[in-house]
Amino acid sequence: MVRILYWEDVSEGMELPSLVKHPTTRQLVKYAGASGDFYEIHYDTAFAQGTGLPGVIIHGALKSAFLGQLATDWIGEHGSLKRLSCQYRGMDVPGDVLTCKGRVVRKYREGGESLVECDIWLENGKGEITTPGTAIVALPSKGV
Amino acid sequence: MKKLITNALNKAVGTESAPITAAIEKGGIRRFAEAIDDPNPLFQDELVARSSRYGGIVAPPTFLRSLPTSRPELPVDPPLERILDGGSAWEYLEPVRSGDVITAVTQISDLNERESKSIGQMLIATFETIYTNQFGYVVAKQRATTIHY
Repeated sequence: MVRILYWEDVSEGMELPSLVKHPTTRQLVKYAGASGDFYEIHYDTAFAQGTGLPGVIIHGALKSAFLGQLATDWIGEHGSLKRLSCQYRGMDVPGDVLTCKGRVVRKYREGGESLVECDIWLENGKGEITTPGTAIVALPSKGV
Repeated sequence: MKKLITNALNKAVGTESAPITAAIEKGGIRRFAEAIDDPNPLFQDELVARSSRYGGIVAPPTFLRSLPTSRPELPVDPPLERILDGGSAWEYLEPVRSGDVITAVTQISDLNERESKSIGQMLIATFETIYTNQFGYVVAKQRATTIHY
């Protein structure tokens, strides 16, 4: 049975189920290949250090993909992701454990849709928020 | 200190890249889903995806990042060769499906400059890419912010 998340099931302040990720250098290489982003700061340590970075860093867009999964896992097949945004405030490195989290901040109806706005963010292994963002999703409603 | 944002740069705001078109294939979607380590069956399991409300394989939210795009050049002299990704904001209007043919056009939508303790003078550019499918529907818009230094 497919679980359906209805708009009525959601309340402001509610937390989204967390998503834990264990990015490795291997994943960064796979992401480089799949996305076409071959900037060397993501897989060549000497190059990364030459640009002033401590070492290779995770593609911002990969972190954004993790946050996208946080949202799509939560809403399931019957929900639609309308907006997804994040800012790469802090760098993240392979080998760390990253946790995607979220919280519902607003429920509203607009243009015939039942919408939910969430704060979403990614925390590094020290619990620091490196990548804050926002997601807006449309959910099926029992009342419509 | 010399300003990074010159008249030439200000004039570049609104400049659009030439459109680039790409065919979306199931294999490309699967490789992307594997690379981001997202096992959602809607992205790779034909049987599950067909019986879903989408009726077939769809792409993960950030998949469009994998499409070739060209960005208009930032007229900065000397060129700033180092670049960091500042963030992205997506708006989704239609699902992206295997079999779609997507055209991307990118424009420079905003420019700012700032001084940072760690990397010095930086140019902050926002590029907006509009993705349109073969039926003329806009499927998504992405605003990507890059830091040039």
